[in-house]
Amino acid sequence: MMIELALNILDLVENSIKAKASFIEITLDESTINDILTLKITDNGQGMDNDFAQSIKSPFITTRTTRRVGLGIPFIRQITEMCEGEFKIASEKGKGTKLEAVMKNSHIDRPPIGDIAGAIRSLIVLNPDIDFKFTYKKDNSDYSIDSREWKEVLGEVPINSLDVQKLLKKDINEGLKNLGR
Amino acid sequence: MTTLNELKKLKEKAVKELKTREGKATAKITVGMGTCGIAAGARDVTSSIMEEIEKRNLADVIVSQSGCMGYCEQEPLVEVEKDGQKVIYKKVDAEGAKRIVAEHVVNGNIVGDMVFSSEK
Repeated sequence: MMIELALNILDLVENSIKAKASFIEITLDESTINDILTLKITDNGQGMDNDFAQSIKSPFITTRTTRRVGLGIPFIRQITEMCEGEFKIASEKGKGTKLEAVMKNSHIDRPPIGDIAGAIRSLIVLNPDIDFKFTYKKDNSDYSIDSREWKEVLGEVPINSLDVQKLLKKDINEGLKNLGR
Repeated sequence: MTTLNELKKLKEKAVKELKTREGKATAKITVGMGTCGIAAGARDVTSSIMEEIEKRNLADVIVSQSGCMGYCEQEPLVEVEKDGQKVIYKKVDAEGAKRIVAEHVVNGNIVGDMVFSSEK
């Protein structure tokens, strides 16, 4: 069990990385008005047959070769069920995969979002060949960062170079702070 | 959008630096980020490594991530590749991560008490 949603996000994105995605979009939508928190992760990786995608909600169905239990998807599914929400997965071979986890925002079992800024920064810096778009919506305001825009400006300068890392940290931290996080 | 303007300025400076350094990395640090690694604290380890690199201004060190290597009970695992040698450290925490950067990556001394395996 993960203690922060930010860790579940890192874990789920690892699946997209393994599926050789070149673009991964992560959206957190927190509506205090409707009392709903929605997490969406969409990738353009190799995808799966829909039957297989539905079956991986069970921990005993996995592509892992290092052991016979896969816990990433079951963990997030369990959280959504505990929080009066639902978990959906849709996938198409050769196109990619979409995950959606819906939770009642104020539910006592809803894990804290945690250090999402640190998680997004490390995804962008540690996977310089993959593009990420992260959006955090809170009611009527939002913050968004798209590594493709950064790379366009940077040209031949790597996105994981030290000065860029510092600026990424600043941008994400300030962006989320403005939303009251 | 102010950030993108800052980014443009930063780029000009970075391009000059790239030319003098030829972009060669002196060390590569890889953190295991499977479900097991993350549950054991790999995110905090990564943040700690990145902070230490920032503090020491180690522009020629690359940080990367990998999936599960099959030694889940030893996580968080951190691999350091330096001078043609690979060392894997086990059960690394935020403090241990700082030691790895300071002692191994900067000074070239393997942190003996945390080694899981090493190969030339």
